[in-house]
Amino acid sequence: MKLQEFQAKELFREAGIPTPTSRLARTVEEAVVAAEEIGCPVAVKAQVQVGGRGKAGGIELVESIDEVRAAANRILGMELKGYHVDRVLVEAAVEPANELYVGVTIDRGVGRPVAMVSTRGGVDIETVAAEDPDAIAREQIDPAFGMFEFQARKAVHEAGIDRSVADDVAAVLTALYDLWEERDGSDAEINPLLVTDDGVVAVDAVFNVDDSALFRQPDLAAVAEATATDELEQRAQDYGFDYVRLDGNVGIIGNGAGLVMTTLDLVEHYGGDPANFLDIGGGAKADRVANALDTVFADGRVEAVVFNIFGGITRGDEVATGINEALDRFDEIPKPVVVRLAGTEAARGMEILDTDRVRVESSLEDAVQAAVAAAGGRT
Amino acid sequence: MSVLVDENSRVVVQGITGGEGRFHTEQMLEYGTDVVAGVVPGKGGQAVAGVPVYDTVSAAVRAENADTSVVFVPPGFAADALFEALDADLDVVVAITEGVPTQDVSRVSRVLDETDTHLVGPNGPGVITPGETKAGILPGNVFEPGPVGLVSRSGTLTYQIVDSLTARGFGQSTAVGIGGDPIVGTGFVEALRLFETDPDTEAVVLCGEIGGEDEEAAASYIDEQVETPVVGFVAGRTAPPGRRMGHAGAIVSGSGTGTAQNKIDALESAGVSVGKTPAEVVGHVADLLG
Repeated sequence: MKLQEFQAKELFREAGIPTPTSRLARTVEEAVVAAEEIGCPVAVKAQVQVGGRGKAGGIELVESIDEVRAAANRILGMELKGYHVDRVLVEAAVEPANELYVGVTIDRGVGRPVAMVSTRGGVDIETVAAEDPDAIAREQIDPAFGMFEFQARKAVHEAGIDRSVADDVAAVLTALYDLWEERDGSDAEINPLLVTDDGVVAVDAVFNVDDSALFRQPDLAAVAEATATDELEQRAQDYGFDYVRLDGNVGIIGNGAGLVMTTLDLVEHYGGDPANFLDIGGGAKADRVANALDTVFADGRVEAVVFNIFGGITRGDEVATGINEALDRFDEIPKPVVVRLAGTEAARGMEILDTDRVRVESSLEDAVQAAVAAAGGRT
Repeated sequence: MSVLVDENSRVVVQGITGGEGRFHTEQMLEYGTDVVAGVVPGKGGQAVAGVPVYDTVSAAVRAENADTSVVFVPPGFAADALFEALDADLDVVVAITEGVPTQDVSRVSRVLDETDTHLVGPNGPGVITPGETKAGILPGNVFEPGPVGLVSRSGTLTYQIVDSLTARGFGQSTAVGIGGDPIVGTGFVEALRLFETDPDTEAVVLCGEIGGEDEEAAASYIDEQVETPVVGFVAGRTAPPGRRMGHAGAIVSGSGTGTAQNKIDALESAGVSVGKTPAEVVGHVADLLG
C-alpha cells in the first residue's frame, strides 16, 4: 500500500526527519489560507499515489497568494495519470540546492533489507541504478539487529556526501530505517533530500507499506485509501480479489497467480486479448466464485469468460457449486462462460456443473481457444 | 531417489487443528505420507485424524521422530512457528501460509542461514515425491513417479504442467513449489542444486514468473553448474508494469526489471528450452526424454 505524500511526511516528522512546513488543503480557499500561514513562496502539490507528479503538471512552485489561488484552482480536480486530485499539499518552498537520495527497501536477491544513499537525488533512482550503479552506496542490513550506527556513517561516506552534512544525512538514514522497520515498510524513500544552509530537509516522501503486514499496522490500514482508479478494480478490491483490469474482451477467472497469468498469456497466444487478471485465491468457497463472476460480467468489454480452476486447496466441487449459484443470480447468462476444472475433486465438480448454462472443457488449451473464439477474436 | 522428501519422511503439521491444517492432514495421510504429529500451542494431548497433537515442535520431534514440518499457521503467527521449526533442527520445513509480512520472512531467512534446514515457501504448495510422500497441499492424483524434476513459484501452474506431463507419460521425481513471495527459503538455484545430485532426475522443468531476478540467477547457475537438461516456462508475458499479479512477488517494476521476456532471454541463453504454453513445455520434455 502506498501512502500519500502528506501521510508519509507525517510519519517522517514523528520519526524526527526534517520536513518543510506544510498544510493539506481540499479547496482553493483552504490552500490560500495555508499559504498565508506558511508564507510565500510555496509549492502546491497534488496528493496522488503516483510518481512523476511534477512532470505531469501536478506540482507548482508559486510566489504570491494570487498564484496559489490559480495553481490550486488548476490542480484540484485535475486527472493525473488516471487519478482524480481532490487534495493538495501546500508546502514552504525550499531553495534549490544539492539534491540527495536516501532510501530503504528489501533486496529480494539476498532477502535482506538494504539502506541506500546517493548524491544523485532529484531524478528517478532506478534510472541512476541502471546507468551508474556505483553512484548509489548500499549497505545490507542484518534484520536480526537492525541498522548499526556505523552502517549509516559508512553509507554516507561511501556515497561521497559532503562532510558538513554527513552527520545530518546519517541521522536521517537511521531514522528512516527505524521507521521502515517499525511500520512494516516495503519501500521508504526521500528523493530529494535537500541540503540547505540549516541542514537537510525531506522535500518528497515515499512510504509503501507491506500489504501483508497491514493487520498489525491498524492506523496505517485505516488511512489506506482506495487506490483503485477504476470502478471494477474497486469492486474487485471490495470483494477481496487480486484483480488487474486490462484492455481486452476475454474475461479470466482462475486460482493461483501463476496459473491466472498463464491463462492471460495463452489468451494472447491464441489470438485473443485478456480483459483482466482475477485470482480467486486458495480455498475459494461458492460465494467468492459468485462474486468473481459478478466482477467480470460487470466489465462491459467482456465478450466471453474463461474460468480455469486447478484444485489444490480449492476443491472442484466447491467451485462448481459456486459457478451454479452465481449463474442462478442472472436471469440469463450475459456472456458465454467456458469452464475448465482439474485437480482436487474435479470429477465431482464436473458432475455438479450445469452444462446447459456453461461450456465445459477438460484441457486448458481447449478452454482458452473456445473462449477466444466465443469472444470473436482480437479487439 | 528424490529430493527433500521421500517415503521415510516423518511429517509434523504445525497448525493441524485449523480448517486447512485438518483437511490437508487427511489428504496427506490418504496419499501415504507419514504424518506422525501435529503441533498447536495449548492443544497438546488432542488428536486430529488419529494424529497426536503436541504443544511444541520439540515435543513432537522427541516423541515421534519427525524430520519434516508443514506449516499452516496464520500470517501473524507464522514467523514464530517457522523459528520454532528451525529451532527443532528439522531437515525440511514447508511453509504453506500466504501473507506472511516480508520483514518477518527476512528474519526467518536470516536464522535459516545458520541452520542445515531446507525451508520451502512461504506461500507455496509444498513438496511431493510421487508414489512416496507429499508435504503440503499438492493434489496427489495428478502426479506419477518418473524422471522429471519440477520447481515452480506457482502452485496451480505446477499442477497444470504436471497434469500435461503425466498425460504424456512423463512422471515426476519430485516437485518443489518454492512459493510466490518476494523472499522465500529454497529458491531456483538451491532446488536445481538438489536435483543435480539426484541420479533419478533426468530433466528439470523450471516454472518462473514475473518479478525479482531469481530466474536470471537460475540461468547463470544452469550455465555454469547444471548438467541435467532444463526446460523452462515463465508466466506473465502479458502483465503490465507496476501491477502486482496476485503473488506478492509477481510484479514488473516501473523501470522494467523483472519482465518475463528478460527471464526468458536469460534462460534461453543458458541453453534452457523455454515453452510458450504448458503444452510446449511438455513437448520440450518429450524431445529430451523421448
